[in-house]
Amino acid sequence: MKKPELVVTPGNLEDIGILAEAGADAFIIGEQAFGLRLAGEFKREQLRKAVQLIHNYDKKAYVAVNGIFHNEKLDAMKDYVSFVESIDADAIIFGDPAVLMTVREVAPNMKLHWSTETTGTNWYTANYWGRKGSKRAVLAKELNLDQVTEIKENAEVEIEVQVHGMTAMFQSKRLLIGNYFRYQGRAMEIERKGKDENLYLYDHERDNRYPIFEDENGTHIMSPNDVCMIDELDELVDSGIDALKIDFIFKSASYKKEVTALYRKAIDTYLNDENEYFKQAGEWHAKIENIQPKNRKLDTGFFFKETVY
Amino acid sequence: MKIAVRYGADAVFIGGQEFGLRSNADNFSLEEMREGVQFAERYKARIYVTTNIIAHNENMEGLKEYLKGIEAAGVHGIIVADPLIIETCKQAAPKLEIHLSTQQSLSNWKAVQFWKEEGLERVVLARETSHEEIKEMKENVDIEIETFIHGAMCIAYSGRCVLSNHMTARDSNRGGCCQSCRWDYDLMKQRDSEADKNVFPTQSAPFAMSPKDLNLLHSIPKMCDIGIDSLKIEGRMKSIHYVATVVSVYRQVIDAYCEDPDNFTIKEEWVRELAKCANRDTASAFYEGVPSFEEQMYGKDNGIRKTNYVFAGMVIDFDMETNTATIQQRNLFKVGDKIEFFGPEIGGFSQRVAAIWDENEQQIDKANHPLQIVKIKVDRPVYPYNMMRRENH
Ligand code: SF4
Repeated sequence: MKKPELVVTPGNLEDIGILAEAGADAFIIGEQAFGLRLAGEFKREQLRKAVQLIHNYDKKAYVAVNGIFHNEKLDAMKDYVSFVESIDADAIIFGDPAVLMTVREVAPNMKLHWSTETTGTNWYTANYWGRKGSKRAVLAKELNLDQVTEIKENAEVEIEVQVHGMTAMFQSKRLLIGNYFRYQGRAMEIERKGKDENLYLYDHERDNRYPIFEDENGTHIMSPNDVCMIDELDELVDSGIDALKIDFIFKSASYKKEVTALYRKAIDTYLNDENEYFKQAGEWHAKIENIQPKNRKLDTGFFFKETVY
Repeated sequence: MKIAVRYGADAVFIGGQEFGLRSNADNFSLEEMREGVQFAERYKARIYVTTNIIAHNENMEGLKEYLKGIEAAGVHGIIVADPLIIETCKQAAPKLEIHLSTQQSLSNWKAVQFWKEEGLERVVLARETSHEEIKEMKENVDIEIETFIHGAMCIAYSGRCVLSNHMTARDSNRGGCCQSCRWDYDLMKQRDSEADKNVFPTQSAPFAMSPKDLNLLHSIPKMCDIGIDSLKIEGRMKSIHYVATVVSVYRQVIDAYCEDPDNFTIKEEWVRELAKCANRDTASAFYEGVPSFEEQMYGKDNGIRKTNYVFAGMVIDFDMETNTATIQQRNLFKVGDKIEFFGPEIGGFSQRVAAIWDENEQQIDKANHPLQIVKIKVDRPVYPYNMMRRENH
C-alpha cells in the first residue's frame, strides 16, 4: 500500500526540527506577501534557512505562493518565484494562474501544486491543472470522503487533502475588522488586526466561534472547529491519497509536536497492522481532544457531511 | 429578461435550470431559452447563460447534453467558472462563446493572459479590481473584458467564501449560498485567564460584513475611456421595475457619453432615477479604491433604504382615442396619487390619478388587488411595458 506523505505547517525554524523529528514528511512555508493564511512567517532569509534545514532532515519543502494577485504584485511575485527556485524548494503551491505563467517563464523545472482552497472539487479540474503543469492538486475541504476517493481514483496528479486543523472559510479584500473599528468611531486604530489579536466572531444562533484576522491579503475567517481524522484514516490511505495535511495555524509548539507524532504513529500503524490501528485510534483521538485549545472542538469537517445547494 | 432587452440592454445573462449559481426550476428551460433568444434577436441583443458552478464529481453527469442543448437553443455564450465546464463546452458545444465568470476572482493581467491563451472570448473580472488595474489589463492583453457596474455583490472574493457550507451545509459555490455574511456577529477577543471579551460591549451595532450594493454611475465615462467591452448589471431576484429603471438609466448614460464625450456631465435626473428603485444604499466599491466602512452596512435597518417611490403598475395597453391606459397593478394606488410613467418610447412624465375603472368599467377609488387590471386616463400616450410608479403617500 502506498504511504501517504504527512504535510505540516511549521510556525518558525525551530518547529521544523521538532516536527521533522516527530515524523512530518513535508513542510509548507512562505510569507504573507505571497501565501495565504500561513502558520508562520518565513521571510527570504528564513525561507532559505528553512529549506536547507528541511533538506537536512531529508524532507520536502513546499512554498506557498497561493495568493490572489493584483497587477501591482506581479513583478514582486516573479522575483519571489526565481528566489524560491534558487533556494531549491521542492514545489510551489499556487492558485492564481499568473503564478503558473510566471513559473513557466522563470522557473520551468519547478514543481507546482494547485491549491485554491475552495475550488478543487472535481477530478476533471484537478487533471486540467495537471495538464497545465501541476503535479499535485490540493482538494477543497468541503468535500465528503466518497468525493475525495472518487477524485483520487480518476486523478492523473497527486492528491492532497487536509485531515487535521483549522480550515479557511472566507477571504475578502476589504479590511472588515478595521472598517468595523472605524465605524465604531475608533478611528485611531488603523493597524491591521492580525492573527495575534485572537479575535473571533461569535455566532449566537449556532454557538460557534469563527477566528478572524486581517493581513496584507485582506480579511480571513476560519472554521469554528478543527478537523480531526486520526481515527478515520483507513479509507483515505486505502484509496492511495498522496498527501495528508495538518494545518497548524493558531496552534502552540507543543500541540504541533504532539499531533504530528500521533499522526505519524497512526499512519505507520495502519500500514503495518490495520487491526492494531483500529484498536488504538480512539485513544489517539482522545489524546488530541485533551490538548485542544479552549473553545475548539474536534469534528470530521465535511468528510461525513452532505451539502445541498 | 424581456424587460431588460426592451429597456436597452445589449445582452442579458440568464440562469438555466442546472449548473449555474442560483439554479432552480424557476429558471429558464431550454425551450424558454430558445424563445428568449428569438425575442432578443429582434432587438439585436445577445443571450448568455450562466453555468458557473464549481462542480463536484457528480455534477459532471448530463453536462455535455445540457451544453449541447444551450447551443442548439441559439444562445450566444456561457459564463463559466470551472475548467471542467470550459473544456467540456469546447468539445461538446463549440459554437458557444465562453466567458470566464467572476467566480474565478480574476485580478491581474497575467491571469487574464492565461485565459486568453486557453481560448476564451471574454473574462469577467473580480469585483475587487480598480480602474487603474483594469486599464493595465486592457493594455496588456487583447481580450474582451467585462465588469460589474451595478447591483448586489459578495463581500468576499467570489468563489472564496464557504461560510454557507459551514454554517448551514449549503454549498455556496454551487448556488446554495444563504448570505451568511449578512448576519450579525459579535466581535470577541479571546483571553487566556479571563472570560472572552466583547470588543465593543456597549456597541451601537454588532459586527457585520454586509456590503452596500455596487453603483458605478459616475465611473461610466472612465470605464468607456479605457475600453472596457462590457458593463454588467446584477439584477437577479429584482423586480421588473428595478431592472427597467437601472437598465434605462445606464443605457442613457452610456449613449450620452459615447455620443459626445467632451460635453458630457452626469445628469442629476439619472442619479434621482436610480435612487427611485434602490432598496439598499449603494457605493462604488473597488473600482475607485479599497472600500472603507462607509461602503458597508451596520446596525438594524441601516442602509435599507426607503425610496419615495413604489412600483405601482405596468402598462399593457393604450387607447389613443380616449387617452386611456390599461394597467396591470403591482402595488396599491388610488385616485389622487401622484404617479410617473417611464419607458424607452416615452422618456418619463408625471401626473395625478384622476379616476380608476376596473375590468367591468366600474369606477373605483383604489386599485388594491395584486395584478388587477384597471384603466386610467393618462396625460400623454404610453406603450405596453411602460412602467408606472407612484410617489409615497
Ligand atoms: S455568504 Fe456572502 S460573501 Fe459568502 S458567498 Fe454568500 S453572499 Fe457571497
